[in-house]
Amino acid sequence: MDTSEAHAILESGASGWEKRKRKFLPYAYLSPTLALLSALTIIPIATVFLYSLVDNVIVNPNPPVFVGLDNYEEVLTNRKFRGALGNTVYFALVSVIAHFIIGLSFALLLNTRLIGNKTKALFRVIYILPWVFTASIIAILWRLLMNPHGVINFVLLELGFVQEKMEWLSDRDLALNAVTFINIWAGYPFYMVSFLAGLQGIPDDLYEAGRVDGGNSWQLFRFITLPQLRPIIVSLALLDFIWTVHQFTLVWMTTGGGPMRSTEVLSTYTYKAAFSSHEYSIASTLAMIILAICTFIGIFYVRNQRMADE
Amino acid sequence: MVGSRAQIRRAKILTWIALLLGACFAGLPVLWMVASSFKSNLEIFAYPPALIDHSFSFSAYLAVLGDPGQLRFFFNSYLVAILVTICTVVTSILAGYSFSRYDFRFKRFLTLIIIGVQSVPPITLMIPYFGLIVWLGLYNSYTALVLTYMVFTLSYAIIMMTGYFNTLPRDLDEAVMIDGGGSFVTLWRILVPISLPGIVSVGVYTFMLAWNEFLFALTLTRTNDMRTVPIGIHLLMGQHSFEWNQMLALSVLGSLPVLILFLLFQRYFIAGMSAGSIKG
Repeated sequence: MDTSEAHAILESGASGWEKRKRKFLPYAYLSPTLALLSALTIIPIATVFLYSLVDNVIVNPNPPVFVGLDNYEEVLTNRKFRGALGNTVYFALVSVIAHFIIGLSFALLLNTRLIGNKTKALFRVIYILPWVFTASIIAILWRLLMNPHGVINFVLLELGFVQEKMEWLSDRDLALNAVTFINIWAGYPFYMVSFLAGLQGIPDDLYEAGRVDGGNSWQLFRFITLPQLRPIIVSLALLDFIWTVHQFTLVWMTTGGGPMRSTEVLSTYTYKAAFSSHEYSIASTLAMIILAICTFIGIFYVRNQRMADE
Repeated sequence: MVGSRAQIRRAKILTWIALLLGACFAGLPVLWMVASSFKSNLEIFAYPPALIDHSFSFSAYLAVLGDPGQLRFFFNSYLVAILVTICTVVTSILAGYSFSRYDFRFKRFLTLIIIGVQSVPPITLMIPYFGLIVWLGLYNSYTALVLTYMVFTLSYAIIMMTGYFNTLPRDLDEAVMIDGGGSFVTLWRILVPISLPGIVSVGVYTFMLAWNEFLFALTLTRTNDMRTVPIGIHLLMGQHSFEWNQMLALSVLGSLPVLILFLLFQRYFIAGMSAGSIKG
């Protein structure tokens, strides 16, 4: 019996009850997911939105007062907020660009035919290493290396690149770049792995044809590899931008946003507003602004994923 | 276009140099961390630095493993990560089955929501969670961690499971249905056993996400007996005198479970990692 016949039998055999059951079943299977997501994302987001519109929430003994968009005005005109926003954008943009370059270079290296497969497998494990470690451990690791008395300063001093011991994480002018560097180190393997999968999916015929047409390696890369990887590049960059804006642990555990707010990003700023100064209305407003930024980028991500599906 | 022998040789040498430089960038920091965890606390920043010095010992590891408070962090991390993994795998199998095998009215909309959840910042959810979890009486409990972790593990898991089920032909389940099996039987007896590779991918990836979580573990627990390894490291950092070697030993021990899982299930891990960007 082939499938079309089977379909016919299934359809004709379906009574009214069966039809209703079939309509209801997909939702039944989804019910745990829907329950969890509505309880722990949709309702909380609605709550945070409400908090952002009132004053005196949670801790204040006075009853909450509806203030409309006043909190937003207060946050958006605040110099500290603009500093944190600027730092976040810098942190995220530089990370995304560097992740892309390092991730693609490593993927191309690991995809070469010049080296044996066993050797490549070994290097692949080494290259993925940073991704195995959680953000708090990566923070410890780099605080060890970037310590003024640490090994990085020793090497740079010996080689004559610097004249004195640098305070990588506690100098206002260096800290943001130092934290960004750490985030770059921590995040490139995700790109590398995705690019490797993407590179292996490019049919060899394309390169053959390119070579027959007399293309050199750069041209093959420019006109075959890059366009073929384009959908992956776009979704990686968007997803990574969102994740870097989410990043809290790494900044919190390396610099805590300091010195003098020079590494303050939106997530650490929000955390402090909520749990250090207990300004929950302001924190909620900040949380809504971060959500808006991420949703805006998320829309492009979802559209890109949809196109890849169709 | 075939290069001459000399050209190929040169390309090979250049590739090796690049590979080794890359390995230094990725591997040396890790090597330094591991080596430093065997030093005494006084020698951590010794001048000139040495990878291994006369103070080499396992004392930092013994200190961590001999401290019931720190072992508790490991117990908590394992318990929470395993519970999250089990709940996520089961829930995502059910949801993936629904998305893959049924057409229903809000399918498109719900898919959008599931993908969209990935872009919701944890910090946005944290403020209402604090109130919600306290209100539910779950503050400082494993339940609170398991439920909140699932919010960000579930979305990937469902996307991956749906993708995996989509690769399996529908004829398989329809044959069982005709033989009188219900849809639940079909899922459990037929689809789940042959989807084992996909389920393993979801499982190891979820375990890793849960093992590494920091923000919710920090804000939703209060007492040390409920805290996980990443928070344990954070607590050690907050102390007045930095016990560097112990912090590093705890970090190495805390990375081992994920590292071992990764080495055992490399292929599945990589499938999990690239699922979000490639398949969606």
